[in-house]
Amino acid sequence: MWRWLHPYAKGEASYRLLGRWLPWLTGSAVLTMMVGLIWGLFYAPPDYQQGDSYRIIYIHVPAAIFSMGTYTAMAIAALIALVWQIRTAEWAIAAIAPVGAVLTFIALFTGAVWGKPMWGTWWEWDARLTSQLILLFLYLGVIALYHAFSDSRTGAKAAGILALVGVVNVPIIHYSVYWWNTLHQGATITKFEKPSMATSMLIPLLICLLGFALMTAAFICQRLRNEILRQELHRDWAQQELN
Amino acid sequence: MAFSSWTEVISMGGYGFYVWLSFGISLAALAALMVHGILTRRSLQQQSKQQQQRQQRLARRKQQERSR
Repeated sequence: MWRWLHPYAKGEASYRLLGRWLPWLTGSAVLTMMVGLIWGLFYAPPDYQQGDSYRIIYIHVPAAIFSMGTYTAMAIAALIALVWQIRTAEWAIAAIAPVGAVLTFIALFTGAVWGKPMWGTWWEWDARLTSQLILLFLYLGVIALYHAFSDSRTGAKAAGILALVGVVNVPIIHYSVYWWNTLHQGATITKFEKPSMATSMLIPLLICLLGFALMTAAFICQRLRNEILRQELHRDWAQQELN
Repeated sequence: MAFSSWTEVISMGGYGFYVWLSFGISLAALAALMVHGILTRRSLQQQSKQQQQRQQRLARRKQQERSR
């Protein structure tokens, strides 16, 4: 069943596959992001309570959702790397972590800038905010551990273990708004009921979500290609690719 | 369009500073991530070139030793 996947354990095969995906992902990401953000910024109606400040949602929510999504993807890569010792999966940890860290930073930053006019404070040690900050530290820890050893396999193993242990934080972030009395509001769209948002505001948000998903995939493709080349630099195909 | 003029767009109903700050910093962070990826590839290209030059030097030296 998983036979078709086997060739991609080899660096070169994965590199070529990612190279085929990258231009499509980049193009569609730029297009959807532009449509979603411009729609959200200029065409969506203002909120009856928050006025125009709510427009921050169009980057805040996608960044926050995919900061957790990429962490889950990184943890799956770490599991594959630790159980089956597949090197491409080890490199995927290194490719995903910086992308996730930037998404987490964006979620935290836009949250703070949104919190100032709406809650009257940039930061509060509330459950949602604190657990999201821990996510940022987990990403930074994974990056640091990966590069901390002169033997890259040891580094990947250490980073993989941290990524796996840290995955417990993902459900904590998601349910923090239900488990504790937080300043942060509850889920608007990531729930099974009808989204509590007007359609005219929801549609651009969904487009932004799609745009962020494509962009995250494009970034991971780009970085995984770089990491594969870096690890296989001594091989002929990598030398040819770089010349 | 939810706004009738550019000044309204910039002021964002009084929240202009917050909205544009979050959009600006977010786009800057994403741009930095992209530039970092491109620079990494460029430095890999340089490393690969150096490696090839080293190999060529070694090959030449070996040949010189053999001809002596």
